[in-house]
Amino acid sequence: MQRTTLDLWVGAFVVAGIAALVVLALKVGNLSTYNVSETYQLSAYFTNVGGLKATASVRSAGVLVGRVSSITLDSDRYEAKVTVSIDKRYQFPKDTFANILTSGLLGEQYIGLIPGGDEEVLQDGEVFRKTQSAIVLEDLIGKFLFSQADAK
Amino acid sequence: MPLIKSVRAVGHSAVDSVWRLGVASRFLAMTLLQSGMSFRRFQLIVKEMFSSGVMSLIIIGVAGLFVGMVLGLQGFETLKRYGSESALGSLVALSLVRELGPVLAALLFASRAGSAMTAEIGLMKATEQIAAMEMMAVNPVARVVAPRFWAGVISMPLLAALFSAMGVFGGYVVGVVMIGVDEGSFWSQMQASVDFRDDIINGVIKSFVFGVAVTVIALFEGFDAPPTAEGVSGATTRTVVESSLAILMLDFILTAFMFRGV
Repeated sequence: MQRTTLDLWVGAFVVAGIAALVVLALKVGNLSTYNVSETYQLSAYFTNVGGLKATASVRSAGVLVGRVSSITLDSDRYEAKVTVSIDKRYQFPKDTFANILTSGLLGEQYIGLIPGGDEEVLQDGEVFRKTQSAIVLEDLIGKFLFSQADAK
Repeated sequence: MPLIKSVRAVGHSAVDSVWRLGVASRFLAMTLLQSGMSFRRFQLIVKEMFSSGVMSLIIIGVAGLFVGMVLGLQGFETLKRYGSESALGSLVALSLVRELGPVLAALLFASRAGSAMTAEIGLMKATEQIAAMEMMAVNPVARVVAPRFWAGVISMPLLAALFSAMGVFGGYVVGVVMIGVDEGSFWSQMQASVDFRDDIINGVIKSFVFGVAVTVIALFEGFDAPPTAEGVSGATTRTVVESSLAILMLDFILTAFMFRGV
């Protein structure tokens, strides 16, 4: 097949376009932080998840160890059931504490894991027994106002 | 009776535009049915991609760079009031990837490449090249229209991605290099807020839809143009007006489907 300079230009154009997409995916988007390694599922019940979303990060000591895979309402307990996928490399004791935290004052919400001292580790499908819900700013302000009124 | 005449003119133009829409849909179906040849002879598409895609590279790149730089400046001025300059990265990236990249790239593509397609096909018709092809039993839709259609549809998402990437770079130059927003928070906030599937893939889908709309309008207007000098110039104008309106309306519809406050 005869090659022309036209083919070279069009090829360069296609390469540039695909390179732009790859840059968008890896540098701008979060594709590079999607977990490709093997994971296991754990779940936790919270009375209020606040602004937590699926794909939010799960961190322990500030290190990314997994992602939130789904958030549903448990219709028996009327609590939010949050399922997280944790990297197989990391194991956590049975009495690990799961908190919903916020990065910065107005940043994204994520789940922070504080390991306890139990000898046994959480297995696939098990539940965090100790959790702390998201801090809702309106509730805090409400409590503060009430305590001010009582003090007077 | 001038009143009756004007009412009649309104009705006539309404019926006429519905009529044209029907013919344009049939034209699209015919183009899709006749595209076998352009894939067997891929060189035809490559040639058209050169004239519509490669030749639009400079305008898309420069426009993307400047749009990103303006976003960097304006976003910084607004975010500074709330003390959240570090969110500049996510502001620039989200507005480019979701909206400005696909829409502005498509508007530029419509005026740069769409108008050229209309003028080219209109002139082919005026100089009876289309009729000559039919005489030689060559289907003009398969030979002339389909390669241009596919070239436009393939080029459009690539151009939109280039626009967004250049825009993010422009926002980076203004925000980080010139103003001095922290580089780490610029990129990390951007990566935390831009989702690959929800934002980037949806942007690519948008630009693909715009590519179909712009090329179909441009090719149909060219194919439908009266074979005179005024006819071709009128068709070129209509291409730019109609495809710009189509892009903006489709953008609203697609956005309403894609980002329902998830």
